[in-house]
This record gives sequence, structure tokens and C-alpha cells, in this order.
Amino acid sequence: MDLTHSPADEAFRAEARTWLGAHVPARPLPSLETAEGFAAHRAWEAELGADRWSVVSWPAAYGGRDCGLVRWLLFEEEYYAAGAPGRVGQNGVSLLAPTLLVHGTEEQRVRILPPMARGEVVWAQAWSEPEAGSDLASLRSRAVRTDGGWLLSGQKTWSSRAAFADRAFGLFRSEPDMPKPHQGLTYLMFDLRAPGVTVRPIGRLDGKPAFAEIFLDEVFVPDEDVIGGPGRGWRIAMSTAGDERGLTLRSPGRFLASADRLAALWHGRGRDPFTRDRVADAVIGARAYQLFTYAAASRFLDGEALGPESSLNKVFWSEYDVALHETALDLLGADGEPADGDWAEGYLFSLAGPIYAGTNEIQRDIIAERLLGLPRGRR
Amino acid sequence: MRFLLDAEQTAFARSLDALLTAADTPAVVRSWGAGDPAAGRALWSRLADAGVFALAVPEAYEGLGRRPVELAVAFVELGRHAVPGPLAETVAAAVLLTGPGPAKRFLPGLAAGRTIATVALPGGGPYVLDTDASDMELTVTGTGSAAETGTGTGSAGAELRVTQASGSPPASRVRRSLDAARRLSLPRAGGELLDAGPQVAAGAAEALRWARLTTAAQALGVGLALLDRTVAYVKRRSQFGVPVGSFQAVRHRLADAKIALEFARPLLFGAALSMDPADIAAAKVTACEAAYATARTALQLHGAIGYTAEYDLSLWLTRARALRSAWGGPGECRAAVLGTDALSGGARRCS
Ligand SMILES: Cc1cc2nc3c(=O)[nH]c(=O)nc-3n(C[C@H](O)[C@H](O)[C@H](O)COP(=O)(O)OP(=O)(O)OC[C@H]3O[C@@H](n4cnc5c(N)ncnc54)[C@H](O)[C@@H]3O)c2cc1C
Repeated sequence: MDLTHSPADEAFRAEARTWLGAHVPARPLPSLETAEGFAAHRAWEAELGADRWSVVSWPAAYGGRDCGLVRWLLFEEEYYAAGAPGRVGQNGVSLLAPTLLVHGTEEQRVRILPPMARGEVVWAQAWSEPEAGSDLASLRSRAVRTDGGWLLSGQKTWSSRAAFADRAFGLFRSEPDMPKPHQGLTYLMFDLRAPGVTVRPIGRLDGKPAFAEIFLDEVFVPDEDVIGGPGRGWRIAMSTAGDERGLTLRSPGRFLASADRLAALWHGRGRDPFTRDRVADAVIGARAYQLFTYAAASRFLDGEALGPESSLNKVFWSEYDVALHETALDLLGADGEPADGDWAEGYLFSLAGPIYAGTNEIQRDIIAERLLGLPRGRR
Repeated sequence: MRFLLDAEQTAFARSLDALLTAADTPAVVRSWGAGDPAAGRALWSRLADAGVFALAVPEAYEGLGRRPVELAVAFVELGRHAVPGPLAETVAAAVLLTGPGPAKRFLPGLAAGRTIATVALPGGGPYVLDTDASDMELTVTGTGSAAETGTGTGSAGAELRVTQASGSPPASRVRRSLDAARRLSLPRAGGELLDAGPQVAAGAAEALRWARLTTAAQALGVGLALLDRTVAYVKRRSQFGVPVGSFQAVRHRLADAKIALEFARPLLFGAALSMDPADIAAAKVTACEAAYATARTALQLHGAIGYTAEYDLSLWLTRARALRSAWGGPGECRAAVLGTDALSGGARRCS
């Protein structure tokens, strides 16, 4: 049991803090869910990437610092404490890259990862379809064999930031006659500006337009953009370096910074007695999430597989995030209503957390079956 | 940074689990609650042999040195097996008695399990626990409002007193707790003066921290036991031709209990590492809320059998409720986290 960091890790933290102190924009960037904000955030990714701070845990060869999970956690704590911008590259960095690091070819890694690290290519996740949400394996978009590659057709939807992103990754049905729905799927990458692709922005609850649906009409994709081999898509997509992703989807640093801001707001607003307990719970929750993540990282570094434990994470942070923002809005009262306020923006975004990345109902099923060993129910 | 129990700590937990599993603790709990502490005392000395109480006692007084992490490990197991008695109180007593005079006289007995102690501290609630089954009762008085910092005005008049078993209250003065295993009485005035002055107030503040930490650990153990038993039950119990554990309404409640308990655990061990009052308060409120929510779930999912005193589940159900109020309830602990209680005196940044 040890929560102290080695001098080398602390030196890394200090280096990150110094860099962030010198580079974090003085004024917040416009929302990355808008065209203007997207461009500003892309420039910020480039600035991070230039000094190898965009993907610290990646191998140096692809633009990272090869620094391991603990330093990644420290970096994230510093990042959010410094008030640095949200990460427009997140889908690529936290979902596609870990998959390529494990299942991709070296050619793919060299071609795809460095431009991702520099924000030159921003990726969208194209998994969901109109009829395939929680039951993702029921997806219908097709990949049909053609000379030197595949032709993609069908429709993807709810793709975050696809309206402004460059490329996307998703699953396609390449062998339609398999007995089980998750068989015969292929994991592919495609260009969002290729001929045959139509992207239609969908306004989110907060009115921001970066969310989109994607229509595909015989879009050509070369063989080199298949991840992990034809027909093996489900396994590859689900494994997605599964363990680490469970830890890195949402870093504790983000919630520690938010809880700090909330506590400061509460102290500054006369220590409102009506929200006191919930403010305390927000502070406690951030700490709990941080320590839970440190324990998980320790197990991961010991070589243990984390697997379904990441479902505990997912439910915790998503419900925590909503509660934190609801508390802030209750504390602010009418001052919290204007939609451009930080807390109001954060609140509207937090509401999606229990829905995306696998709904919390689906996560609870995973916990029940795989962590508690309860019998499978009807789905 | 390796925020995990090491092999020795895990083995310690396992050995206590084995000891307690073999001890048939439900029977011990029931006789303790009925006013017959013999089986409880026998178990107490076996726990002492395993080193449990020595973990709160410095080596100079026949202890193992103050080791809060190991103590937390042990108390999770005590909670998991619903061990009765003034457990957190005996730990608090060991911390209180570390002053130069009393240490030599009392600590070896506490470490060895020959002595069961209970304590009444400012900020610790109106009742003393299990004084009729204890060998001594310690009281701290006169600390003023700044009891826990030991720095405020009034701490100069703080006094630590002891009364020995011979002066225990008659059984008729013992009040039942809503947890049938907890026996409550009002603290007694008087007794032998052991120490006086500001150091007593400081010692009381420290003792409160240790009582709170070990209570949090016990609560986590209680919650884990309730979850385990309920998971086992819903796999076994069938209605409508299927195990009730296959119903999503049931599965999701248990998943929530699992989440709550698994996020209380790191707070507990983080607090044991830092011994920071705000961290301890955070661990206490979180472990107790998680255990209590799990108790409600456990009762609901057991149906009527869970509501009977005969069925052993009741021993954990009511314990969860009692521990929630012991040594600082949810409101007090939350105030301590925000640094606004009278005790911690100032804002504190998270992390
Ligand atoms: C802001 C936001 C961003 C998103 N970004 C992306 C993205 O970038 N890429 C992408 O591919 N997708 C994205 N999604 C889509 C997201 O992954 C899906 O919304 C999610 O998988 C749920 O699918 P659905 O919306 O079709 O809901 P449905 O699956 O139709 O579910 C509706 C309700 O029924 C419940 N339900 C379904 N099945 C069960 C069951 N077996 N047991 C109990 N309850 C059940 C669900 O939990 C939910 O409450 C995003 C969604 C949001 C809100």
C-alpha cells in the first residue's frame, strides 16, 4: 500500500505542470462541438503534440513519451488542474489507438498514429446505427469485397464530432450469412470525405452541431484499412486493448478539477447549507474515483486483467458527473441558467454520460453477470 | 505508487476470515446481545492472539506498532463476520492511553486482549458501548468545543478518567440498541484521574480519528457480507420458475451495491495511509452509506425471511444502521470533508 510517487514520477509531474503553465490558453477555447471551436482545439492538439504531450503513454516512436499509466494519471491531474481544453482527439486516442497498438499492423501504426497525435487527423467512432444501439451486434451496414478492398454501404449514427472530423472507424457486416449476429463483422477505417459519404449534423440537447449521422453509399476502403483481419471485427472491437481503455476513457484528473471548482464555488457562495452534503459528496466522489483508478492501475501494472471491472468505472463516473453538475446548478440557482455558463454547458454534456459508451443499464448487466456471477436474464 | 494490499496483508485478512468463519460468529453475536459475553470474550482473545489489537499499540508497550492499514484490513474482516463488542472503542482507548503514565499500565493488556475497553469522547455521541461487558471505561471531559484539534480554548481543562469493571452499571441501566448486539449506557462521572491538560484533548482528537477509521472499515465489511449473502440467496431462491437473481430489477440493485462498496474501499485504505481527518471522514461516510444502502437492498431482495430476527442476515442489517451513526454520522463527516466543522477549522482543497 503506497500512494506516494517516485521522485522520477514527481519530476515528470513538475515538467508537465511547467509546460502547461506556459502553454494553456489564457481564455477558454470555444466549444469543440462547433466549427470554430473544433479548429481551435485542433490547433491545441498540434501544440500539445509538438512537445509530445498529446499522448504521453504511447511509445515515443508514435509521438508519445512511453511513460506508463501512473504518469498518464499524473499528467491528466495536472492537465485539468491547469484548466486546459477538452480533447478533440479523444475518440481516436482512447478508442482507435489502443486497438491499433494491439491488433494493428506496424504499417497502420506508423501511418495513423503520429498524425493522430498531432491533431492532423481527427477520428470519429462510427459504431452505432439507427437500429443497433445497445444491441450493437445487430448492425446492418455492409462491407462488400471488391478489387483491392471493400465497398461500404449503410448508415451510422450518433457519431460524436463526425461533422468536423476527418476519418472514422466502425464495424461492418462482411459475411451476411453467419449463424450469430456478432460473426462475420469486419472492423474498418474510412475517410469521412470520401466519395459516397454523406455526413448530416444532428443538433445535440445542448444545440451543438458536431454530432452526426453518416450515410455510406459504396464507399471504397483499401485492404490496408481493415483492422485485425476480415471477419474478426467483433472480437477486435470488443477487446480494444480492453483493460487500459477501462481506465483511460475518463481520467480522475478531470473530476478532481471539477470537484475543486465546485467546493470553491460553495465556499464563495456563503457555504450554502442546502447543498452542503452534495458538495461534500462531489469532493469525496472525485477522491474515490482517483483512488479506485490508482488501485486499478496498480493491478494492471501487476499484469492482472481488469476486464469487466471497467463497468464499475463507467457507471460511477457518469452518474457522478451528472450529480456534480446538478449540485452546481442548484447552488447557483437562477445564476446557473444561462446556457453559456460553464456549469450549464457541463451539465448538458454530463447528461449523455449514462447513455454513451454502453448505457448504464448494459454496464449493470455486465457487473451482475461477470462480477457477481448472477444468472443471465432475458435481454 | 502501488496502491494495493501486499501479500502479507492479504494473507492476514485471509487468516482472520478463516478464524472467524470457524468461530460461528452469529451465535457469538446473539449471546453477546443477550448479556452473556463469555463466547465474545473468548473470541476477543483469539483475535488478540492473531494480533488485531496490537496493531493499535506501539511496540514499546507490547504492541506491533501503530499500523492503520493492517488495522483497517482486520476491521473489514471483523465487520464481515459481524463480530460484536467495543472494537473501535478498544482501538480508540489504546490511542488515548499512549500518554506516559497510563501507557505502561494499560497498553500491554489491551494489546494482548486481556482487557476490553470502551470509551466516551467529546464528539462521540451520548452513549458508551458495551460498558457492562468491558473491563474498563475511559472518559474524556472538559475539552471545550475544540475537542478534536486540541488547540482551541478550553482544552487546558481536559481530563481523562478511568473506571474499572467493578464499577460497571447494573444490567438494568443498559439500553438496547436497534442493533441487538450493541449494549448502550450513559457514561459515568468520576473515576480515577489518569491525565489532564491540553494533551488529553489532542489525544481525544486522535482517538476519534482511529475510532472513525476502524468503524469505516467495519462498515465496509458489513456491506460486503450483506452483498455476498444476498447474491448467494438470489441465485438459490426461485419464483416464476427462475432464480430471482435473473430479474434485471434485482440484478441492477446488486450491481449498484457492488459499485458503492468498491468505491468505498479505496477511500478506506487511502485514509489509513494518510490518517488525515478529512480523508477519514470521507471514508467513514462513504463506507457507511454504501453498507447501509446494501442493507436496504439485502433486506428487500430476501423478502420476508430477511425481516426475521431468526435469520442471521438480521445481524448485519441492523449493524449497518448503527455504525452509520457511530463516531460521526453522515452530516458530521461531510462537514469535516469540506473543512467547515468546528473541528478541522478551515477550507481544504480536494486532493
Ligand atoms: C452524446 C452521445 C455521444 C455518442 N457518441 C457516439 C459515437 O461517437 N459513436 C457511436 O458509435 N455512438 C455514439 N453514441 C451512441 C451510443 O453509443 C448509444 O446511444 C448507446 O449505445 C445506446 O444505444 P441507443 O441510443 O440506440 O439506445 P437503445 O439501445 O435503444 O436503448 C434505449 C434504452 O433501453 C435500454 N436498454 C436497451 N437494452 C437493454 C437491456 N438489455 N437491458 C436493459 N435496458 C436496456 C437502454 O439502456 C436505454 O436506456 C453517442 C451517444 C450520445 C448520447
